[in-house]
Amino acid sequence: MKQIDALLKELPFFAALAPEQYRFISSCARNRRFDAGQYLFRESAPADEFLVIRHGKVALEIVVPGQAPIVIATLHQGDVVGAAWMVPPYRWMYDARAVELTRAIGIDAECLRGKCDADPRLGYDMMKLFLPMLVKGLHATQLQLLDVYRRH
Amino acid sequence: MPRNCNCSMSTVGTDMERVPYGLLLPAFYKVRAAVWELPDTVTLELAPGTGSTPVFLPGQFNMLYAFGVGEIAISLSGNPADNESFVHTVRNVGAVSSALCGLAPGTQIGIRGPFGTGWPLDAAEGGDVVMVAGGLGLAPLRPAILHILSHRERYGRVTILFGTRNPAEMLFRSDLEDWRQRLDIDIEVTVDHADPSWHGSVGVVPGLIARASFDPKRTIAMVCGPEVMMRFTAAALTAAGVPENGIYLSMERNMKCAVGLCGHCQFGPDFICKDGPVMRFDCIASIFAVREV
Repeated sequence: MKQIDALLKELPFFAALAPEQYRFISSCARNRRFDAGQYLFRESAPADEFLVIRHGKVALEIVVPGQAPIVIATLHQGDVVGAAWMVPPYRWMYDARAVELTRAIGIDAECLRGKCDADPRLGYDMMKLFLPMLVKGLHATQLQLLDVYRRH
Repeated sequence: MPRNCNCSMSTVGTDMERVPYGLLLPAFYKVRAAVWELPDTVTLELAPGTGSTPVFLPGQFNMLYAFGVGEIAISLSGNPADNESFVHTVRNVGAVSSALCGLAPGTQIGIRGPFGTGWPLDAAEGGDVVMVAGGLGLAPLRPAILHILSHRERYGRVTILFGTRNPAEMLFRSDLEDWRQRLDIDIEVTVDHADPSWHGSVGVVPGLIARASFDPKRTIAMVCGPEVMMRFTAAALTAAGVPENGIYLSMERNMKCAVGLCGHCQFGPDFICKDGPVMRFDCIASIFAVREV
């Protein structure tokens, strides 16, 4: 069975990290498995972990009372699930549900926040990993909001 | 603006003397079949009064004339190997398209064309092909897809990425299902807005590019959809390593004469009707996002 640091190195998301930073992060990491239909996390729960999908598919859902959950995005192999762990009050703003069997690496958020506070270089490098992902997500949301395929 | 001399794909001259009279005169066609794809979108099969249809390049368009109403440019969406009829997919968005959508089998219409540039299917041979379509943009790409599937051995990896508004507004659903059965192409479909019936991907189509498998340096990308979607898609393709001269976009402007005379479809130094609609991204990148153009 592969060690957690070997699994981390297979993920493009962490490819830019230095070897000692891998060691830092792997000490906060664990293997996670979610069956189809199982929730990775639920809205308003503490964002105490973020996940990087090794394989599988995850739906991000928002529940509107009286309606079926609305899927706002799906995430796939290599994608990071969740950024609320970085921003107080560290609570999820949506549900994340495994659409199919999903394997992921889970990173303990409190552990990583502590390491980032203690080592600003690591904190800055983590910010550089997450910021492009957040900007990409923002651009995708802008395009979604434009509703470009509607009838004009 | 400096122009790359390789940018010109036009096959039509610019002065009146070089425009054959026939290009300005509609030919009579009859509606052989009309199939409703969506509540506001119909695919028309149009057969010539006599003989066969002119050869067309995937990506080209015809001017369809609804008698007594007017004429609009509509891309060809049928199989380029079919010389018995033209196929056009029309969305009801205005007076002329509304009239075209209402045509019953047997009705006569006028056609001029085919006009404009086509997808670079010859240049793409030997390399990978990524086709990115948004909404009704799948229609102008459909002839290219059908051509590639008929000559599959000439191409490397073939990827079709299709984004649509929601599951109910999915164009060419049966085609998509057929193509998905094939083991020699990758196809991904995503919707901007899901409903409970949808179990596929949710998100915008440019987001599919990062996880598609292709060799960016030997890839030709063909993109068609709303211009905003194409801007995001071109950015995602270049971020994935596809050179700007490997990206082709199908542009749209208000076309009238279709032969580069009237100027209605001017786009910077070009006319979309004769220098496009298919244009190489590096030739238009500097003006692509300029709102005044």
